[in-house]
Amino acid sequence: MSLFDKFQPIADIQAELQALGVMPFGAVTEKLLSSTEAIVNGHKVILAGTNNYLGLTFEPECLEAAKKAIDELGTGTTGSRMANGTFAGHVALEKELAEFFDRKHSIVFSTGYAATMGMGSTLAGPGDVIVLDADSHASIYDGVRLGGADVIRFRHNDPADLDKRLRRLGDRIDNTLIIVEGIYSMMGDQAPLAEIAEVKRKYGGLLLVDEAHSLGMLGEHGRGVAEAAGVEDDVDFVVGTFSKSLGAIGGYCVSNHDQLNAIRFAIRSYIFTASPSPSVIASTRAALRLMQERPYLRDQLWANAHRLYDGLKNLGLQVSPEVSPVVAVTIRDRNQAIDWWNRLLQLGAYVNLVMPPASPTDDSLLRCSVSAAHSEEQIDRIIDAFSTVQNTATAD
Amino acid sequence: MPDYNEYLERIFDVLKPFAKQGILLNEESELVAELGLTSLQVMELIEQLEDHFDMSIPLNILPDIRTVHDLAQALEKLNPGS
Repeated sequence: MSLFDKFQPIADIQAELQALGVMPFGAVTEKLLSSTEAIVNGHKVILAGTNNYLGLTFEPECLEAAKKAIDELGTGTTGSRMANGTFAGHVALEKELAEFFDRKHSIVFSTGYAATMGMGSTLAGPGDVIVLDADSHASIYDGVRLGGADVIRFRHNDPADLDKRLRRLGDRIDNTLIIVEGIYSMMGDQAPLAEIAEVKRKYGGLLLVDEAHSLGMLGEHGRGVAEAAGVEDDVDFVVGTFSKSLGAIGGYCVSNHDQLNAIRFAIRSYIFTASPSPSVIASTRAALRLMQERPYLRDQLWANAHRLYDGLKNLGLQVSPEVSPVVAVTIRDRNQAIDWWNRLLQLGAYVNLVMPPASPTDDSLLRCSVSAAHSEEQIDRIIDAFSTVQNTATAD
Repeated sequence: MPDYNEYLERIFDVLKPFAKQGILLNEESELVAELGLTSLQVMELIEQLEDHFDMSIPLNILPDIRTVHDLAQALEKLNPGS
């Protein structure tokens, strides 16, 4: 036995994929041609798995803002938000995020992972309780494990099951944090947040919603599922990322609780890491502004989502339970999923291959994400690629 | 309040459909190494036990659970209803 033995199953899968000549994990993007096209592993592809929902990664305003920040402020902050790493841009972005979400307070983190993991690990500790949706993202699971609270799962998107689990807590509800996501990253399904908020109102506790995959997509202002469901007042904390709709990297938490400013200095993933680079903050601020100025991007995104979803469904593929900018195709057999992923790439469509345990079930997924920047013709080419793969014999 | 044997009996019932063919269940059966439960199946097992006994079973107990006996003992310690 050695420390390395536990990594052997991963090494076995890597060797298996290498023998097949397939490299789905860590596929190399060699050149970006636009926000929707690139050269990946030597193939010119339409990017249908990059979470670039609003297609803002090459917007001139964002590029200019980032370049200007580099010229004026350098390449990095070289320090933590708590020490030397809070620049005027970080403070300005926090103010702009609070205004956008119509909340009193906000915190900017270096990544979405740091935001979600940090809030999950800090808000509830030993003696407290966290009740989370079973399909929560790894960053949530990592955070709550680190925090040391009692962690209880409820069945995915099942408010009645949440009700049952909160009822069992009795008086412990006063020390309970409920965690759900707005749109779930793997299948693209939305949380029934109105019903979840109703359960929270019935029992109590605090509610944290991760809107990483719903920022800029839903609600009158694009604030996410909480806004769309009309339950923002019931949501105590919203966390999310700059790495999807806003085309950069970083994370945030917004809240009306005045305690957030004290909580900030208890979050280890905020304190013990360098703050986001000035260029990242500058492009994020520009993208946040553009997202508000261009609500039509949401309409384009949803039109593309419907087109891809309907197209794949019409092929007879097993798609996600509801239309969403994330469209996942379930493939039961892992080797078939690997084969399809590889052939889709060769046919010019880059999607994400998701295998257990990253997928919510024991099945594998070919996960697509659409962008407002995709043209109808690009969406049709993605559908055509799936059709070709479906109708031709397995490559061997 | 259920006792150790009631927990044990229920765990055996819930495990039956999950366990690999031909493996006899006993107190020392190892959930993952022997019965081959995936992490998702372990979660499902916990949910079913929570519902049957109308109790909360925090995931925090899982790192210490290796066998059926460990699980039954942990449930007894959690003291349902208090």
